[in-house]
Amino acid sequence: MLKHALAVCALATSLSVSAADLQIEIEIPRLDVAEYHRPYVALWIEQDNQHITDLNVWYDLKMKNNEGEKWLKDMRQWWRRSGRSLELPVDGVSAATRAVGTHTVNFSRDSAALKPLKAGNYELLVEAAREVGGREILRIPFSWPAQQTQVARAQGSSELGRITLTVNP
Amino acid sequence: MKPMFKWTALALALCLPLSANAHRAWMLPSATVLSGEEPWITVDAAVSNDIFYFEHFPLQIEGVGEPLVMPGQNPAAKAPARPRAQLQIFRPDGSLAQPQFGNTGRYRSTFDVQLNQKGTWKLAIANHGLLARYKENGEMKRWSGQAADFAKHVPKDAEQLQVTETSSRMEVFVTSGQPSEHVLQPTNNGLELVANTHPNDLFAGEAAKFTFLLDGKPAADLKVTVIAAGIRYRDELNDMQLTTDKDGAVSITWPQAGMYWLEAISSQPIKNPASPASQKRASYTATLEVLAP
Repeated sequence: MLKHALAVCALATSLSVSAADLQIEIEIPRLDVAEYHRPYVALWIEQDNQHITDLNVWYDLKMKNNEGEKWLKDMRQWWRRSGRSLELPVDGVSAATRAVGTHTVNFSRDSAALKPLKAGNYELLVEAAREVGGREILRIPFSWPAQQTQVARAQGSSELGRITLTVNP
Repeated sequence: MKPMFKWTALALALCLPLSANAHRAWMLPSATVLSGEEPWITVDAAVSNDIFYFEHFPLQIEGVGEPLVMPGQNPAAKAPARPRAQLQIFRPDGSLAQPQFGNTGRYRSTFDVQLNQKGTWKLAIANHGLLARYKENGEMKRWSGQAADFAKHVPKDAEQLQVTETSSRMEVFVTSGQPSEHVLQPTNNGLELVANTHPNDLFAGEAAKFTFLLDGKPAADLKVTVIAAGIRYRDELNDMQLTTDKDGAVSITWPQAGMYWLEAISSQPIKNPASPASQKRASYTATLEVLAP
């Protein structure tokens, strides 16, 4: 419980303190299905197909006995690259699932998530998996740090809508 | 087939190295890559012609349900009184776990395992023994059992005596959380797989490297067969036929995601003054899951 509280604090701090050096807008699309569950979503950064850092993992944190962790493996790439080696929940990374709509997450260059980034070319990965539904993964290349503001987009076709990545100098 | 013959056939299917047209024994786990605190898996175990279809007999396992008795069959007359398979469930640290909620039905056995330790688990059924064929009083006889019991059961002056050392190993790997290596250590007895690529880190389109050992030594020129699940829904078996190189290694590029059955068989003459056998046959089988990237 304390861990969760800390995670929320950490997130709140990163949102309020500094201008976003890296901003991601994620659209969770409305789906016309009989049984809808909010998707699990993982956001992370890779370089040359190597996992560098986790930004966020949205999953069901509230189920008793951490039963929500049972479906983390359905985000197959994230599970392989990172999730399976983590002790969950991870402060500042684990977060609740989100409703249909567009959500914005911000990270400052001093955050624990971005600190490991050396100058170079990277990819943002967004992977979504939904209970009784499908799975989708999107990649958006970017370079770090930005010389000028970079805006890059990817459009999902099933589990994800539009993803917009903004990297500020 | 008369019941007696059926049972003999089944017993043989279980203890002989499995040839191409023999019934195949296999275990099929419900999942091999798991997240969560202490996830469960359930496992089917059967002997069948077609891989992963229940259509012949259950794979009977000690500690899993009751021995199969068919309706109308006298339990006492159940023949032959052959021990059920010995299943070993290795936790990531090498300690042994017991199967739970076991049941043996007409076509399959099932059991569950709660993965109460993070890392890679191994489920193994391994047998080592002798198979003898000989003539006694003009009649062909067949005996199989442990090497230590050979002299007790097979007459010294048996005619046309042919003895084969047999060894079989069937394995399934399952990982909760981060894959680990401990249970992948070979025992150096019989035919074994050394996973250069972790068996719970297999992805479609990627190559996996496995090395085979026979009694701890690289098994060169070994035939390895790999068959994808779902045979019923395609016309061709589409089996991959591979041969190990001089170091006993093969590289397998998985064409698609799904469950796969891997089998390797070695058969060779042996000359060992301490053994009555003139042939050694060893088999290794594994059920492997390949995920979509």
